[in-house]
Amino acid sequence: MLIIPCPHCGPRPELEFRYGGQAHIARPVDPSPLSDEEWASFLYSRDNERGIHAERWRHIHGCARFFNVVRDTTTDQILASYKTGEFRPEAV
Amino acid sequence: MPDSLAPNLSVAAVNEPFRTRSGGRIDRAKPLSFSFDGQTYSGVAGDTLASALLAHGVHLMGRSFKYHRPRGVMTAGSDEPNALVTVSRDAGRTAPNLRATQVELYEGLSAISQNRFPSLQFDVGGINDHFAALLPAGFYYKTFMWPRSFWDRVYEPVIRASAGLGKVPTAPDPDRYLQRNAHCEVLVIGAGPAGLTAALAAAESGLRVILCDEQSELGGSLLADTTSMIAGKPARVWLTETLAELATFSNVTLLPRTTGFGYYPHNHVGLVERVTDHLASPDSAQPRERMWQVRAKEVVLATGAFERPLTFPENDRPGIMLADAATTFVNRYGVKPGKRAVIAAANDSGYRAALALAEAGVEIAMIADLRRNPSGSGYDAARRAGLSIETGKTIAGTSGKMRVDGASIASVGEDGKVWNTQDIGCDLLLMAGGWTPTLHLYSQSLSKLKWDDAIQAYVPGAVAASQALRAAGAASGAYGLDAALSTGFKAGAEAAVAAGGDGVTTRVFVTISAEADASTFLGAMPHNRDANRVRAFVDFQNDSTAKDLKLAVREGFRSVEHAKRYTTTGMATDQGKTSNMPMLGVMAQAQGKTIPEIGFTTFRPPFTPTTFGNFAGAARGDLFDPIRRTAIHHWAEGQGAVFEDVGQWKRARYFPRQGEDMHAAVARECKAVRSALGIFDASTLGKIEVVGPDAAEFMNRMYINPWTKLGVGRCRYGVMLREDGFVYDDGVVGRIAEDRFHVTTTTGGAASVLNMMEDYLQTEWPGLNVWLTSATEQWAVIALQGPKAREVLAPFVEGIDLSPAAFPHMAIAEGRICGVKTRLFRVSFTGELGFEINVPPSAARRVWEALYAEGRKHSITPYGTETMHVLRAEKGFIIVGQETDGTATPDDVGLTWAIGKAKKDFVGKRSLARPGMTDPKRKQLVGLLSVDNRTVLEEGAQIVADPKQPKPMTVLGHVTSSYMSAALGHPIALALVEAGRSRMGETLQVLVPGKGSVAVKLVSPVFYDAEGASLDAV
Repeated sequence: MLIIPCPHCGPRPELEFRYGGQAHIARPVDPSPLSDEEWASFLYSRDNERGIHAERWRHIHGCARFFNVVRDTTTDQILASYKTGEFRPEAV
Repeated sequence: MPDSLAPNLSVAAVNEPFRTRSGGRIDRAKPLSFSFDGQTYSGVAGDTLASALLAHGVHLMGRSFKYHRPRGVMTAGSDEPNALVTVSRDAGRTAPNLRATQVELYEGLSAISQNRFPSLQFDVGGINDHFAALLPAGFYYKTFMWPRSFWDRVYEPVIRASAGLGKVPTAPDPDRYLQRNAHCEVLVIGAGPAGLTAALAAAESGLRVILCDEQSELGGSLLADTTSMIAGKPARVWLTETLAELATFSNVTLLPRTTGFGYYPHNHVGLVERVTDHLASPDSAQPRERMWQVRAKEVVLATGAFERPLTFPENDRPGIMLADAATTFVNRYGVKPGKRAVIAAANDSGYRAALALAEAGVEIAMIADLRRNPSGSGYDAARRAGLSIETGKTIAGTSGKMRVDGASIASVGEDGKVWNTQDIGCDLLLMAGGWTPTLHLYSQSLSKLKWDDAIQAYVPGAVAASQALRAAGAASGAYGLDAALSTGFKAGAEAAVAAGGDGVTTRVFVTISAEADASTFLGAMPHNRDANRVRAFVDFQNDSTAKDLKLAVREGFRSVEHAKRYTTTGMATDQGKTSNMPMLGVMAQAQGKTIPEIGFTTFRPPFTPTTFGNFAGAARGDLFDPIRRTAIHHWAEGQGAVFEDVGQWKRARYFPRQGEDMHAAVARECKAVRSALGIFDASTLGKIEVVGPDAAEFMNRMYINPWTKLGVGRCRYGVMLREDGFVYDDGVVGRIAEDRFHVTTTTGGAASVLNMMEDYLQTEWPGLNVWLTSATEQWAVIALQGPKAREVLAPFVEGIDLSPAAFPHMAIAEGRICGVKTRLFRVSFTGELGFEINVPPSAARRVWEALYAEGRKHSITPYGTETMHVLRAEKGFIIVGQETDGTATPDDVGLTWAIGKAKKDFVGKRSLARPGMTDPKRKQLVGLLSVDNRTVLEEGAQIVADPKQPKPMTVLGHVTSSYMSAALGHPIALALVEAGRSRMGETLQVLVPGKGSVAVKLVSPVFYDAEGASLDAV
């Protein structure tokens, strides 16, 4: 069980969180002009990274907020955690 | 004279022919009686099941898994692969696959051996051994392939009957299991000399320390060490004093009988503490086991090392055991494992065992050392003791059936040539193959292992990035008592500093002890016999031999992970404790490679088998999952309702009267609603309050419907899609105020709908000024449905004009009912005049009972979810999750009308324009009528055009809902059928497995009151 640092509440056990998939996939502001391929890519294409992965978590049993985490999927090391809307730290 | 000083001329020594007269950590004055395979034996306090049986000369404790070969106890600890037993207190308290070497003896203990029929001495399955040539590696894969039809009928049942270790208990487990979370700065696993000094060092820092060990006593190798001196004292005295010192620290928790079974991310370590298994009459207030979920800042693994068996022909007979195990049985348990011993040594451990056995009066027939020029303190001591030592010797085979009775010792040259075989009689043959650091937990932590050529073993390498651990003592490859004590203290001190402690001192432990020795031999030992005929076992538990591994290599299984699976070496409960390194050795030999070139297999948790109870803890029966009950639950119970589970909720399914089955009850309830009045508990509906200046805009984006123009005081049926365009949830939404919506969701969807709303609000549209609040448990919902609903409701309502003009269908108003606040909806999921009365749960029962009492004048009838389902199906209303399955678009289920056509965007809109979503051949919602007017279709049944077509058939759709309609007097069904709306009037066939098919006519999904006349009940 991971210890996940919530940027609002601090480190908490994974049980308090819910996974939210890959981070930084913004919903297009206006989806209508997108081609079917572009839309399908937004809907379904994910990196499935072996290694450093930016992902969303929600502190569902805490502050209930979504936030972002950079995690190494091979070691589960958490390299950064930051609020929704913030940029991924350049160092990771 | 106190008892303890009485002359200890115990009965045990007389009844137990292999018990020594004195010594060991047993209490000869406390005899115990136990049974093994129905026969009664004696033992003494401090024994394990294995040591007590050995005291009677019983080595045969099990049969092997595949060949059913007789097997004896090989080790003295958790690495035991052979002596697996089932210990039972009663039908529910039956634990299979326990290692006899770890089972603590108690008065009345009852154990049986496994994997044999009818008895250990005579086992029918032993015939497998005679056909061993027919059971090579990969036998299952090769043999049971053809013919295909034999798999289901012959092979699988036979394999299942003969496979598996032990038997599952036949009754539910009555014991309790507890779980607790624990936090500490330093967790030390293993309480041998290294673990003890690690704990001492960490304890002095003042940090929280947990020290656990799988054995009944803390001390590890010191428990069987009768010769070493530490700090000028005998090892056992030092141990007693050290444990006493540790006990004085309030920051130290000592946990004997506690196995570290799993190492998980972020230094999360699972320990299982066996609380009562060693007690004759456990206190029922105590749990059987307690699982500790430890979150440690730093972990010290002082898990020691396992001794390696030697891979020589017939190395598996009862009476053949590891040298260090023999030392432990003599020194710790006061048991001689035989009368005349041969010791096959590739390591000094063999000399230590020989000296201990000789001192206890066991005859040492020969120490056969594989090394040509052994040296060191063990060798010297054995020579001084006059023991027979031969060097440059290999074991070419053994003899004996139920017990070893001889060993063939041969000379081996430097070129591997073997000659001069000599048979020596013995009833005990010890294997001293060197040591393997116990790094199961280290490997589980995903930390790397690295090969250390000097000690021919894998040792701790780079620590995994998310973990904080270190190994000490033999686990780190630092062998010998000196190294254990010093590396342990150092590791404990370093761990404490890393965890933020200070004030750590240094200590030096001066010892007089045996020299450390890392000598070993890996691979199959040389012999001069036909390599195709002899079997040298590598994995005793899984019966895989050197020959099997060589065959696997010849067949192309070069990767160690593939060979492991093909031969099953190192798998199952044993996890390669004794077999891993010998396997790598044989594979390296067969491929002409070095061991590090061969690679390494992964150790998996648990370290030793762990009970399901340990993981389940209190989460069983009623506590398995939280149960949610509505405010009306107990009233419904009082009315004899039959409940069903909907998610975590208990919902009343129907209210049978005397003698009624579900059919009869539902038919009566349906008629009552259509003809007069029904009352229904809809409290489980999910409710979300959407509030804020941008609430309408938020609703516009989340739902397919338009919300801007929905007037205050009005409701609308809302449909929500996922971004992929498929129906996700639905429910009635009421506009309470310009900036406030009362959203309802399906019972099962409440939490996930709120999560999805929060996701969009927080991460996609943070600029919208909206608040979302779950209100599911803030409102109980009483549905009053039927022509008499208004009449019965009106007298109780204040502040709301219920007249049809003022409060039409799909109206909502706030007011009071029975003196409490209400949000009153005029909605209908039945097609009848209906109200859904939202009240605070605290008042719900009172309001319900008031309405019920008033309704009695009109035969008010409580109805359940089953009737609700029938009534809505008669009206063609879908249920999300029943008519939809995550692949239905709004158009598929006839909801295109709900889409706000003018809206530029909403969640899922773009997906609805993808080509596959507009295909006219998509499955569409239709009604089905059985042509025979009688058959109630099976929900989920497949629909085809021609049931006689060849398989696989072209399936056109499936039945989603099917009921007997009381109102119509015949069955009705809803279905999703390919291009269904263009097939109205067609006849198709619904398949009934084993019975052919039923002809059905496709009709509109609205079966009852298509015009909606009943809604106003005029």
